[in-house]
Amino acid sequence: MLGIVTHTIARDLRLALRRPADLASVLFFFIIVASLFPLGIGPELELLRQLAPGVLWVGALLATMLSLPRLFADDHRDGTLEQLALSPNPLGLMVLGKVIAHWLVSGLPLALLAPVLGLQFDLAPDALWVLTLSILLGTPALSGIGAIGAGLTLGLRGGGVLLSLLVLPLYIPVLIFGAGAVDATVSGLGPGAHLSLLAALTVGGVAFAPWAAAVALKIALE
Amino acid sequence: MLEAQDLECIRGDRRLFHGVGFRLDAGELLFLQGRNGAGKTSLLRMLCGLSQPESGEIRWKGESIRRLSDDFRADLCYLGHLNAIKEELTPLENLLASARLAGESLSEDDALDALEQVGLLGREDLACRYLSQGQKRRVALARLVKERRPLWILDEPFVALDVNAVAWLAGIIGAHLQRGGLAVLTTHQPVDIPAGCVRQLRLGT
Repeated sequence: MLGIVTHTIARDLRLALRRPADLASVLFFFIIVASLFPLGIGPELELLRQLAPGVLWVGALLATMLSLPRLFADDHRDGTLEQLALSPNPLGLMVLGKVIAHWLVSGLPLALLAPVLGLQFDLAPDALWVLTLSILLGTPALSGIGAIGAGLTLGLRGGGVLLSLLVLPLYIPVLIFGAGAVDATVSGLGPGAHLSLLAALTVGGVAFAPWAAAVALKIALE
Repeated sequence: MLEAQDLECIRGDRRLFHGVGFRLDAGELLFLQGRNGAGKTSLLRMLCGLSQPESGEIRWKGESIRRLSDDFRADLCYLGHLNAIKEELTPLENLLASARLAGESLSEDDALDALEQVGLLGREDLACRYLSQGQKRRVALARLVKERRPLWILDEPFVALDVNAVAWLAGIIGAHLQRGGLAVLTTHQPVDIPAGCVRQLRLGT
């Protein structure tokens, strides 16, 4: 059972490494979005510090969104998805593998990049640390929930826009608790509660979303 | 072994076929024929369980394939008209990855042997995007060399192949039938497959 998950992760990671441009475009999008705000607002440090959690989290959210349409589209186009659906292994486990692989090439690098971008907003070291931790904890939920949207919009014309409309509202709780964790650190309340809720969302998202996405994929394949 | 009863397929508001049924036993081959758009691919996808028939039932070893689900898929090898290979991966990686994802164990030596049989030895480390259409098809077909699952469902397997490859594939399918396997396939070209019993099914009139 675990074997099929690791095989899927290994395959998707290998494919992602052969297409570094996809990974780079997600990261550069995040860098650009997060850099536009300090440039637009100007050197008002107090204002920037207040905006930072929200802006960085929205940036990470949109960057994750950007990479979602490709999650199943390539496999659908070349017929691999049919083969996955016909495998005797549960499709949900393979989707779980794809979700984890997606996180490894989008959520993880975004989290590692976030503290560097946070410096532009003059965030304190402890806030930078919590920012990284919150993105690290929250992005798996984004990949999981996104997989449902990607499955539902698979093969639709203009699916990309529909995907954002479907998925972004579902991202709101993650955004609130993610940005809230950094806010709470800045205001001295401590991020514990927010981070726990974020972790709960991720556990729920990663555990249940692949099975919902698998059902969506089976419908898309009919 | 494989039985279909009274299948009906509706695409949009058009009825593609109805009342289609057949019975296929071990070692038998079913040739599915019909003009373009008669519903051959739709029928094959139904037999795989990828789509549900409007009415009728498909049984494998006497049990409905919907009920069997995983057990049926463990006996099934489907090759669609899409190759299901990744352009970024090499033929060898493609072969190994597809075997693993299908839940089979394929050693690297076996995979190399399969690639040798389809005439791709020497190109096993070249990304598939640099291969020709026919060579990509051969990568997809290389799966069949070591395939021991009893039911093969092949959608236009001979497309884009040269004469030698067509003869080779006919031999592979023949050997599979000889081992007591079953095969359902569609093709538009006349191919001589060495099989004990060949059944024909024509869709549409």
